[in-house]
Amino acid sequence: MSRVGVIGVGHGTFGRRSDATVQELAFEAFRMAMKDAAIERSVLDASVIAAVPEYHKQRSVAGVVQEYLNLNPLPTWLTEVACASGSAAMRTAWMAIRSGLHDVVAVIGCQKMTEMETAEILALMGRVGEVQWESVFGTTFPGYYAMFANRHMHEFGTTHDQMLAVAEKNHYYGARNPNALFRKEITREKAVASDPVSSPFCVYDCCANADGAACLILAKDEVAKELSKKPIWLDGVGCATASMSVLRRPNLVGLPSAQEASKQAYGMADVTAADIKVAEVHDCFTIAEIMAYEDLGFCEKGRGGAFIDDRQSYIGGKVAVNVDGGLKAKGHPIGATGVSMAYEIVRQLRGECGERQVPDADVGLTHNVGGIGQYTFVHVFKRD
Amino acid sequence: MFSWFGKVNFVQYTKVSDFAVHLKDGRLMGSVCSGCGFQTFPPRADCPECMSDDFEFTEYSGKGEVYTYTKTDAAPTGFDDIAPYTVVVVELEEGGRLVGWLGDTLDAGTLAIGDAVQVVPRIWEEGEEIKVYFTVDRSGTTWHKAPAAHLG
Repeated sequence: MSRVGVIGVGHGTFGRRSDATVQELAFEAFRMAMKDAAIERSVLDASVIAAVPEYHKQRSVAGVVQEYLNLNPLPTWLTEVACASGSAAMRTAWMAIRSGLHDVVAVIGCQKMTEMETAEILALMGRVGEVQWESVFGTTFPGYYAMFANRHMHEFGTTHDQMLAVAEKNHYYGARNPNALFRKEITREKAVASDPVSSPFCVYDCCANADGAACLILAKDEVAKELSKKPIWLDGVGCATASMSVLRRPNLVGLPSAQEASKQAYGMADVTAADIKVAEVHDCFTIAEIMAYEDLGFCEKGRGGAFIDDRQSYIGGKVAVNVDGGLKAKGHPIGATGVSMAYEIVRQLRGECGERQVPDADVGLTHNVGGIGQYTFVHVFKRD
Repeated sequence: MFSWFGKVNFVQYTKVSDFAVHLKDGRLMGSVCSGCGFQTFPPRADCPECMSDDFEFTEYSGKGEVYTYTKTDAAPTGFDDIAPYTVVVVELEEGGRLVGWLGDTLDAGTLAIGDAVQVVPRIWEEGEEIKVYFTVDRSGTTWHKAPAAHLG
C-alpha cells in the first residue's frame, strides 16, 4: 500500500489575536508550511479546511480562507467534528490521496474564538451536551469532564493533586514553546487556589479558548519522496465514536472512542503503545490527559494518576506527552488543535524541537477528541 | 408540550413530548418498544435495536444510586441565577441513567457516589409558564401524583 507523507508544516502564534482575521491567521500557518515544503501553489491539488462554524461571524469560512490563500479554483471542503475537526481534515486529506484523486493536499486548521461576546460564549457553553435531556439541567463542558474526574477518583483513588500535576507539566513545557498562549510555569499550590469551576475542577484544570491556525502539506508516497528529503509518514489513522449522551456510555472513567481509535491506528501502523516515544493528547481538562494515558495503553486503566506522579509523561519518562504545552498551556483554537498536534509530532520526529526535543523520537501519536469523546481520532506518525 | 421540560428548554418538538405531561403529573417515564420490548430511559420513539417506530411509555420508580456528580460554579446562560448548583448522574433501578439537580433534602457537601437516592418530579414555581424538571433527593422522599392521564 502506498503511504501518505507530511512534507511541510506551519504554525502561527496561539492566543488572543485581536490583530488578525481567521483567514489572516490561516495565511500565517499556510505560508510557513509552503515555505517549509519548499513548493509552489501549483503543486497543490486541493485543500481541506478545519474550523467549527458557530464561533465565526463569517458563514462557510472555507470560502474566505480558500480565496485569501489564493487557492481558487482548487477544490476545498470543511470538516467539523467539534474539537477534533483538525484531525478529521487530515483524515479526509489522507483518504483523498489514498483514493488516487489527489496527490498533494494542504490541511489548514483555523479558528478565531475571541471575537464572540462573553454572553454568546456562555450560551454556546450551555449547549455542549445532549440538549434534549441533559443541557436542560445546566450541564457544561467542564462539568461533564468533572463528572468523569469524580468517578475516576471514586474507582481508582486518583487525586485532584495528580490532575494538577498534569497542568504543572504542560505549563512547564508551554513556557518553552514560542507558539503557546501561556508561557509561564505554574505550581500545584498556586493552581489549587484558583477559582472553582465545576468540582473538583478549578480554573487551572481547564484549557483556554484561543485564536490560531496550523497547516500541514500531505503528499502521496512517491511525490512525497520526490519533494521532500525527510517526509514524516502518516501510517495509522484511527477514528471512532461514542454516544452523544454521556449518560449512555458503558462507564465514565475513559473514552471508548479513544480506546477503539487507538487500536485501529496501532494496527494500521503496525506498532504498539510501547513504541510511541512522543504523544500529543487532548488535555482539554486535566482528567482528560490522565484518561488518555490509559485509553491509549501507555498504562493500565486506573494507573494514569500514578503515571503522572512518576513523571512518566515528561521527557525522559516512558512516553513524552504534550511537550508543546498541550491544549492546557498552548491554548485551544478548536478547529486548529488537531493540526497543531500533528505539527508538533512531525517536528519532533524530524528532531527540530530544541530544548523540548524528545530523544530518539521515531514514532509519534496524536489523540484528538471531539466534544466529550463523541469522536476521537488517533493518528500514528513514523519517520524512516 | 416538550417545551415544558427544563428551566431553559432547547427542544420544543419530539415524538416523546408526552414525557413532559407525565412529569407534570408526577410520573417519570421511560419507553418500551412495541416490537421487541427494548426498554430505555430517557424514552425514545424509535427502537435502536429492531428499528420499530412503535412504543409505549412505562413508569420508572425514580429509585437509584448516585453514579457521579459535580457542583457547578461557572454556569451557562439561563442558569447563572441558580449557581452554584449540583448536577447528579443517577443510575436508575430499572436501568439507564439520568442527570438532574440535587434537591433540598440532600447536601452537596456530604453527597457520595453510591448513595441511594430518589428522583422526584418537580414543577418550577416561579413565572406564568409551566416548567417541569426533576430533582435527586433523599431515598424515601415522597411527592404528589395526579390521577393517571389519558393521552392520545
